[in-house]
Amino acid sequence: MDASMEEQIATMPVPEKTKEQLRASIEGKAITGDQFSTITAAVITEYERTRIEACEAVGIVAAQSIGEPGTQMTMRTFHYAGVAEINVTLGLPRLIEIMDARKEPSTPTMTIYLRPEFRGNRDRAREVSWQIEAAPLHEFADITTDMENMQVVVQLIIAQCEKRKITPATIMENSPKKIRERRHYRDFEHEIDEAKALIRFFPKDIESYQNLFQLADHVRNVIVQGINDIVRVVVRKEGEEYVLYTEGSNLKDVFEVEGVDISRTRSNNISETADILGIEAARNAIIHEALSTLNEQGIHVDVRHLMLVADMMCMDGEVKQIGRHGIAGEKESVLSRAAFEVTVNHLLDAAIANEVDELNGVTENIIVGQPIQLGTGDVKLIAKPRLRV
Amino acid sequence: MSTINVLDHVMVPEHKIMSEEDVQALFSRYHLTSDQLPKIFHDDPAAKAIKAKIGDVIRIVRFSQTAGIAESYRLVIKRPKK
Repeated sequence: MDASMEEQIATMPVPEKTKEQLRASIEGKAITGDQFSTITAAVITEYERTRIEACEAVGIVAAQSIGEPGTQMTMRTFHYAGVAEINVTLGLPRLIEIMDARKEPSTPTMTIYLRPEFRGNRDRAREVSWQIEAAPLHEFADITTDMENMQVVVQLIIAQCEKRKITPATIMENSPKKIRERRHYRDFEHEIDEAKALIRFFPKDIESYQNLFQLADHVRNVIVQGINDIVRVVVRKEGEEYVLYTEGSNLKDVFEVEGVDISRTRSNNISETADILGIEAARNAIIHEALSTLNEQGIHVDVRHLMLVADMMCMDGEVKQIGRHGIAGEKESVLSRAAFEVTVNHLLDAAIANEVDELNGVTENIIVGQPIQLGTGDVKLIAKPRLRV
Repeated sequence: MSTINVLDHVMVPEHKIMSEEDVQALFSRYHLTSDQLPKIFHDDPAAKAIKAKIGDVIRIVRFSQTAGIAESYRLVIKRPKK
């Protein structure tokens, strides 16, 4: 392969991947100029043949191609898939969740990759996981409710603090603050005994046992280390590196934790991905999530159908569901919307607003009994009689 | 706020603001008007990262599983109020 061939390949009107494959297949073979032009011509014709034709109803094809294999999916599955111990919704419920563009998936999880300094060693990976997993105060301390003196006594366990790499001083300083800020409970006083690693909490109303127990509850459960939404973290070795899997998702806060590889960490919460990483990332997330949900069930749908769905969902700059509040419900045409759901309301509103239907789509043209603008129906032929000279 | 750059993330493809001439060339090539393009909000993290203004057209070079590399375009619009 010489430079001129390389140049010709680079300017061919075919996708980058086809060019790569062509380069790989003729690499190291003695090919004459004539043979080369035959090959490139054949590649271009073959590529043109695989392209979808203009006016083809790709949406219908995509719907059918996802829908039919979808009937083979398990109705309800709550697998402990991929990672032992972490519960992830899969199968049909998950697919519906993706297409509905729910704000919060029923089982949010994250896959957290680590920076090179942390990924090779289980203990270092565990250190990062301590910073992420939400840990309530009772994991670090013995908490007793002293009813005689109306107080809650927190005796920190130094060994536990050391194990989870947090100093008793930080806990003592933070926990009263966090009860006020995060749990919005303010009716108490506290006293810190630095030397004994002891905190005492007193309810404001020293007569009320109810308040004492309420306070004890807040003290037990206040999150002193980690990120609030992330309930559990599992460290797992994947190939050469350690990866963290979480139950609960919070991309924004996890990105700020030291040791997290920001460029690869992802969440299965699509709407969160859209907020933090943008609409294009959300599009990729939809494709990735839908494809892996289908593949996990042993169903192989061509990725182009899912790409179309993801493109439609992300068209307007935000993730829209496929359904009445999204793509189907916001169509331009009144008749098309009326054919989908709540017919009378749509027609009534359209009549009040004096809406005009341009009859551009398929549904509305079928309703009025006209040829649809698809396939051969979209072509307008004009015969020009040849002028006799 | 931290200083994370969303463009470094593997799920975020390359975003670039197109020049006026490129936009015109694109529109005449596909016989388009700007409102026919897909949209991106002005406060989208990726749009903010490249400092795009309302009315700009962004060229997005995606990695594609079928084509290898695929180009796409989005018009920057103001996020509508709820």
